[in-house]
Amino acid sequence: MTINPDLQGRSYPAAEVYDVGREKIREFARAVKATHPAHFDVDAAQGLGHPDLVAPPTFAIIIAQRADAQLIEDPEAGIDFSRVVHADQRFTHHRPIFAGDRLVAELHVDGVRAMGGGAMITTRSEIFALTDGDGREPVATTKSSILVRGEGQ
Amino acid sequence: MSPTFEELSVGQDIGGRSIDVTRQDLVKYAGASGDFNPIHWNEAFATGVELPGVIAHGMFTMGAAVQLVSDWAGDPAAVVDYQTRFTKPVLVSDTTGTGDAGAVIDVSGAVGALDADARTARVDLTVVFDGQKVLMKAQALVRLA
Repeated sequence: MTINPDLQGRSYPAAEVYDVGREKIREFARAVKATHPAHFDVDAAQGLGHPDLVAPPTFAIIIAQRADAQLIEDPEAGIDFSRVVHADQRFTHHRPIFAGDRLVAELHVDGVRAMGGGAMITTRSEIFALTDGDGREPVATTKSSILVRGEGQ
Repeated sequence: MSPTFEELSVGQDIGGRSIDVTRQDLVKYAGASGDFNPIHWNEAFATGVELPGVIAHGMFTMGAAVQLVSDWAGDPAAVVDYQTRFTKPVLVSDTTGTGDAGAVIDVSGAVGALDADARTARVDLTVVFDGQKVLMKAQALVRLA
């Protein structure tokens, strides 16, 4: 199986809306063993000046990996998910993610590089919150590289 | 108490902690994150794709390691940028029913750089499992009062 080199530069527009719920923030926080009260207690979050519970710094991976799935499951991409290894990850927060946010992600394929019999694919998700009216506010940019291992790698 | 920018210096230690990991923790992370790749919960599948056994999600390790920074900063929203490379897997033994950890990850952090204009501190994390660094260039940028 070979990775389609024409993937580079491809974009996938924002698809489904992700509604950030308080219980999801609490569940994710427990799953990464976070204990900061701003993830669990609305009064504590508001005491720090936030409108609602604050998501942990890596929470956006949920939205980013949903966006990545569009690429990985794209039959034109030629990616075997069972051979995918996560190589690197970055989160840049333009503002924190809060409970009550309605988020969408635009996926961009920034790089495709052949490595051995496999490929390194770099993707970027631009995550926006929907605002009243039809506006969008930048919330986070996530970048990740995945290595698709070739046979015998 | 949250640190203020003026009291920080490059090289300053922000402390450390040990994180116990079990197979159940990986199942919880799979459910919370939506990443159900079986290499993180099924031994036969993991060894079938030439891994030594069930391994933790890289994103579990990245997500758990940054808690040291959230707590030090006093507000998780202060972490404005966070990045890492995943270099070694964290192999998690099956200790189901024993109460023992299947792996122990040691996290420590130090101030790596300061930006007086932006009032940010870069915290460099050292994340070790079984005597080896599992994350490289694990850096969290923290905005300070």
